Amino acid sequence: MNIFQKLTEKPWLADDKLALEGNSGSVSSAQLNTSTPAKTALYFFLSVVSVLFLLFTITFLSRSQAVDFQALAGEPWLPFSQPTSLWFNTGILLLASISLQLSVLFSRQKKTNHLLIMLVLATLFSATFLIGQYTVWQQLTLSGYALNENPANSFFYLLTGIHGLHLLGGIFALVRVVWIFWSKNKTQSLTASLRLCTTYWHYLLVVWLFLFALLTATPETYRTIALFCGF
Amino acid sequence: MTEMTHTAIADQEDDSHHPKSFISKYIWSQDHKVIAIQYSITAIAVGLVALVLSGMMRLQLGFPDQFSFIDPSAYLQFVTMHGMIMVIYLLTALLLGGFGNYLIPLMVGTRDMVFPYLNMLSYWTYLLAVIVLMASFFVAGGTTGAGWTLYPPQAILEGTPGADKGIIFMLVSLAIFIVAFTMGGLNYVTTVLQARAKGMTLMRMPLTIWGIFIATILGLLAFPALLVSAIMMIFDKLLGTSFFMPAILSLGEAVDHSGGSPILFQHLFWFFGHPEVYIVALPAFGMVSDVLATHARKNIFGYRMMVWAIVAIGGLSFVVWAHHMYVSGMNPYFGFFFATTTLIIAVPTAIKVYNWILTLWRGNIHLTVPMLFAIGFIFTFTHGGLTGLMLGNVVVDLPLSDTYFVVAHFHMVMGVSPVMVLFAAIYHWFPKVTGRFLNTSLGKFHFWGTFLGTYAIYLPMHYLGFLGVPRRYYAMGNTDFIPESAQALNASITVSAIIVGVIQVVFVMNVIWSVFKGKKSGHNPWNATTLEWQTEHTPPRHGNWGKNLPVVHRWAYDYSVPNVKEDFIPQNVAPEHVIMMDEQDKHNEEKT
Repeated sequence: MNIFQKLTEKPWLADDKLALEGNSGSVSSAQLNTSTPAKTALYFFLSVVSVLFLLFTITFLSRSQAVDFQALAGEPWLPFSQPTSLWFNTGILLLASISLQLSVLFSRQKKTNHLLIMLVLATLFSATFLIGQYTVWQQLTLSGYALNENPANSFFYLLTGIHGLHLLGGIFALVRVVWIFWSKNKTQSLTASLRLCTTYWHYLLVVWLFLFALLTATPETYRTIALFCGF
Repeated sequence: MTEMTHTAIADQEDDSHHPKSFISKYIWSQDHKVIAIQYSITAIAVGLVALVLSGMMRLQLGFPDQFSFIDPSAYLQFVTMHGMIMVIYLLTALLLGGFGNYLIPLMVGTRDMVFPYLNMLSYWTYLLAVIVLMASFFVAGGTTGAGWTLYPPQAILEGTPGADKGIIFMLVSLAIFIVAFTMGGLNYVTTVLQARAKGMTLMRMPLTIWGIFIATILGLLAFPALLVSAIMMIFDKLLGTSFFMPAILSLGEAVDHSGGSPILFQHLFWFFGHPEVYIVALPAFGMVSDVLATHARKNIFGYRMMVWAIVAIGGLSFVVWAHHMYVSGMNPYFGFFFATTTLIIAVPTAIKVYNWILTLWRGNIHLTVPMLFAIGFIFTFTHGGLTGLMLGNVVVDLPLSDTYFVVAHFHMVMGVSPVMVLFAAIYHWFPKVTGRFLNTSLGKFHFWGTFLGTYAIYLPMHYLGFLGVPRRYYAMGNTDFIPESAQALNASITVSAIIVGVIQVVFVMNVIWSVFKGKKSGHNPWNATTLEWQTEHTPPRHGNWGKNLPVVHRWAYDYSVPNVKEDFIPQNVAPEHVIMMDEQDKHNEEKT
């Protein structure tokens, strides 16, 4: 039943048998699988995070039209006209995503050794990404692009910081999943949990690609988008 | 998120999961009912602080310069903290954290929230937010006095009370609150979607659940805007960025900021702020529908329309925010757009009001205390809603903006009205929570005092607004256009406010007394149909349902069904178990 059919049902006449059989949200043996609620909650959580980044983006675009806004890319001497270090970090985060995806695969195939290697790799890659981002911060500050020098700088630190915090939270969740697996040794729930982690990592990768594109665009691009959005 | 300590889903209960010690049962509890009570007590306690603050504001306004401890700074701090506490830490927390937590699992027929551990974490994070907020009363310079909207630049500039530390505490507390709400909110939404009892289709859910469900989604999508603005303002204050701060002179000196946009903050704040009105209102709409149907012994009029209206209001609430900003200046077409969407919201809202009245129409109305509060709500809400229609128009709003007319409007519509429903809900569900009634005589006294008292407070405020009395002012001073009689009105408002405040003490005493000494209520004192009244034990034990989960066979509003012996059929009664009238009953029925 699709949502419109559900919402136009007449509950005072509703067929009791149909309701008892066809209720997807109902309690049945399949529901004992705990991953379904966790998946729903994860998707809602991702929508919340999306709104968060969407609003940051809108404030960014709006602020980018002020006269004192100095974009970080465009002219050749600006730091992100050739963002080599950011490309490097992007590659690392991509590797983290791939390792997690593989860990799900190995978890399903019950190859515990491969699985563990992939989990360690995923954690290492994610940590490397965070360190890499921190290095970019340091380089920026050293070359005179401090946090409070210009709104473009402020936004760069702010957005990468918020993104990094989300990844850090993800690492904690991943470690916890592994810890629970270690102490209880249930492979089935591990696969389900790893799937959720993988979804989260892919999501953060997409957010990062978006932020990357946004933060290293040229002033003309901002101008065009802002015009298009009516700022 | 993967934690499932005691699953809320299995049919058979495993005794080993029951908490044994006092601490795991009442302090670090993962039982949704205990968490709900923790949320409620904390919210009401902090709400009483806000009530006292409003009393102090009123003392200054009614009797200027009589109280030496209320200086202009203190007055602004009282205004700010009163507003913020009432809207967020009392209403949001009590309606969703308190009633949402208690009612969702019971009304949809499950043993607990789907993530009990996360639920517990949500409460303790909320408590942390409250503690940080309360701590700001004791830091140097006191709480922030920026007004509950915290507009920059004034919120973080020297000269505003609490601009040094108070504002930081406020912003940090809000951020913590949002984290707590998100943990709770994910739980509520997932529980409603995934853990409903067998046979509980979406359209068989009581309206209370619909209201809480949609309000939670609104909260999840709207609170990020507040989080974004709080984070960016903390950056502006502590790290010297210029997100919101323009280049201005403060106390004769140029500030270190430049180019920021205060209007941007307003957009963010109200993108959260307007849905927040409905985060508070929608659960109230839902609960009042159930109270009205139960105590009028009639099915709710237009159930489907009620559900659609809740969904429509929820959707529309995201596209009206700029009607709070007409005076900030905007493109006239934007003003036109936002005025139009604002007026469109009146359509689903009016549908709801008509349906409540039509539910009462020819109902078998029992004037119990919850019913009195529910009917009182229809009055106050209609009243506040109508002034909302006036203020939604740009040309009407401009002269009335920042006057007491606005204060009267939003207190009627989102202060008094949700509070009326909260009282209705407390009197209605108290027998389920404790197994005892609240005292009826004290309840009726509480109702009439509160209902008439709030009118004595807010009706004159509309008039003050027409006179042009501005809100947030510490004192009128020598203002020519405001007649002196306005002061007499202010004094009378203050007296009413103090009386209403004292009457709430009667309510608190009633609750405390009734928990121990109230009349025993039995398990379904109002003969209600919804699942929470059909539990094996009252108050429900850990796991709610004994051995077997309920199976739902009908919608939540089978009251006074023709030819059925009782005037209500609980949701978990199968069609073949409904007891029909025999000849004798029919005979009696005809005679009456």
